[in-house]
Amino acid sequence: MKIWRSRTLVSSLAIGSALVITIAGCGKKETPESTESVPAPAGGSATIDPSTVGEVTGTVALVGSAPTFKAINMSAEPYCSKANTKTVMPQDVVVGDKGALDNVVVYVKDDLSKYSFDTPKDSVALNQQGCMYEPHVVALMAGQTLEVKNDDQTTHNIHPMPKDNREWNTSQPPGASPIDNSFARQEVAIPVKCNVHPWMKGYIAVLKNPFFAVTTKDGKFDLKGLPPGTYTIEAWQEHYGVVDQQVTIGPKESKSVHLSFNASAPPAGD
Amino acid sequence: MARLPGFNAGKTGSFWSLCAECDGTRIRRPAAMTQLLRLPVIHSRLSRSGPKLGFWAKLGRNQRRMPAAPNQGVHRFAIFTACCTVLLLTAGALVTSNDAGLAVPDWPLSYGSLMPPMIGGIFYEHGHRMIATLVGTLTIVLAVWLSLVEPRRWVRRLGWAALGLVIAQGLLGGLTVLLYLPPAVSSAHATLAQLYFITVLSLAVFTSPWWQSDLEVREDAGSPALRTLAVATTASIVVQLILGAAFRHNLFGIVPHLVGAGVAAVMVILTGVAIKKRFRDFRPLRRAMVLLHATFGTQILLGGVTYWVVFYASRNDPQPLPLFISVTVAHVVVGALTLAASMLVTLTCYRILRPSRAMEVSRSPERAAI
Repeated sequence: MKIWRSRTLVSSLAIGSALVITIAGCGKKETPESTESVPAPAGGSATIDPSTVGEVTGTVALVGSAPTFKAINMSAEPYCSKANTKTVMPQDVVVGDKGALDNVVVYVKDDLSKYSFDTPKDSVALNQQGCMYEPHVVALMAGQTLEVKNDDQTTHNIHPMPKDNREWNTSQPPGASPIDNSFARQEVAIPVKCNVHPWMKGYIAVLKNPFFAVTTKDGKFDLKGLPPGTYTIEAWQEHYGVVDQQVTIGPKESKSVHLSFNASAPPAGD
Repeated sequence: MARLPGFNAGKTGSFWSLCAECDGTRIRRPAAMTQLLRLPVIHSRLSRSGPKLGFWAKLGRNQRRMPAAPNQGVHRFAIFTACCTVLLLTAGALVTSNDAGLAVPDWPLSYGSLMPPMIGGIFYEHGHRMIATLVGTLTIVLAVWLSLVEPRRWVRRLGWAALGLVIAQGLLGGLTVLLYLPPAVSSAHATLAQLYFITVLSLAVFTSPWWQSDLEVREDAGSPALRTLAVATTASIVVQLILGAAFRHNLFGIVPHLVGAGVAAVMVILTGVAIKKRFRDFRPLRRAMVLLHATFGTQILLGGVTYWVVFYASRNDPQPLPLFISVTVAHVVVGALTLAASMLVTLTCYRILRPSRAMEVSRSPERAAI
């Protein structure tokens, strides 16, 4: 009985130790410098003739009254409270003059399948300033580098939560070098949050073509360099979801599109 | 020292030694360690005769195997461990309600150290880890202490089982961090916490002087047996807790949890009615049932408030705010207390009730002969 007990105890300890070592070593965490391998650019072999390209411009607006949000409470982190002397409101729905919607990702949903596009070499910056993400919404191409900087004197952790890309969660203490990472697949849009500061939320829109824009307070967007054709222009807003519209542009033609979200529609994800 | 068949004579000075005064029945006498810890030594004569009994059958027969004097120290320590477990459950609920589950991205260290800056979500996540370490340590002490002084083998084994559960719980907690809170793992972590809690609670009950005293035992001639009803009620509450954890960690929607609440309510009412009908004047049962009714009723009310807060009042909050945090944490903790109350009812039924003779004979002639 004693021998059985001691053998069982030793075996249990061995198995438990092996489990702990395996678990500690097999986490999904990636180092900040490691990036997912980028798949080869999809699409066809057709090239865009620069002499025929047109553009689609327009505005995005909200029809109706925006929801009321409570002010952000940063008292859990003294540094963040001191960095923001004025009231900070959430950026879920930011409405400018005449209902113009800020932070809307507008992009060409289809059809550009006969073209292939190179991944830009320059990076897109996402800053952590005053314990908020700046900008609130960024857009970049699949495989393009996202550079995350911490301008605050406090530790943040950057946690994108994609559905179709690799998830990661990395801490960034004050003064740390920027974190570079990329996303291999189109996803509009990936929520990103800081688990240390629960009010910090942002979005990363990953597109597979270069025809996209993020609206500012005037709600305007401009998609330049589009080859002639018929396209679906889609607008994504974090609270209201998506709306789209078809547009046909001829050679060197410029068309204007107006997209609107209905304030009385249920929030996206309900 | 008399040499018994099968005994290794080379162990006379060892941790486990024989009592020369005994009639040859091998007992446990951890002399060296008890001297060191100044713990009272409890002798008991373990009879090897009779058929092997399962765990639940042993609960009901406990009164024939009681040690001479219950160890108050280990009983109080078990209660202390159970109370610390409630604190740990609260800390865990605070982590989820404050959305701080990944505030510390590494494990087992926190930001590469034992003590990171306790700011924002790190305060809740690392605080939870510190309390978990305390509870784990208490469980180790409890398991070892039981192995030293507890003569009932099944209680000693339950102590080791509690240790196994808390180790598994720690590993699950690490997995939730390393795998970025997968809903299934997070739900399993939440569920195992409750199972560990009732294990420690049971240890506190089994080591209590009340459990080990000479109690009045009554026959339960009703059908279904109260023991069965109590077990079914506890099981329904466990299932309800699993469904609640699954909703909280985004594995399921809210509907299964609402249905589970209805099922658990029916079971609690049925058990309460059975106790009132059959044992209206039996105080230990009535008290346990009043406790269950009180906690369950509070939990149902809290459930309603939580539903309103989660789906309406906090809908557009930019972050978890005090109303959301306090209501959701209270709902989790009272849920654990409800499970504890149901477990107390179940254990009480097994301790002070026995199936009627007629039912025992019809079920198992072998058991009826004991």
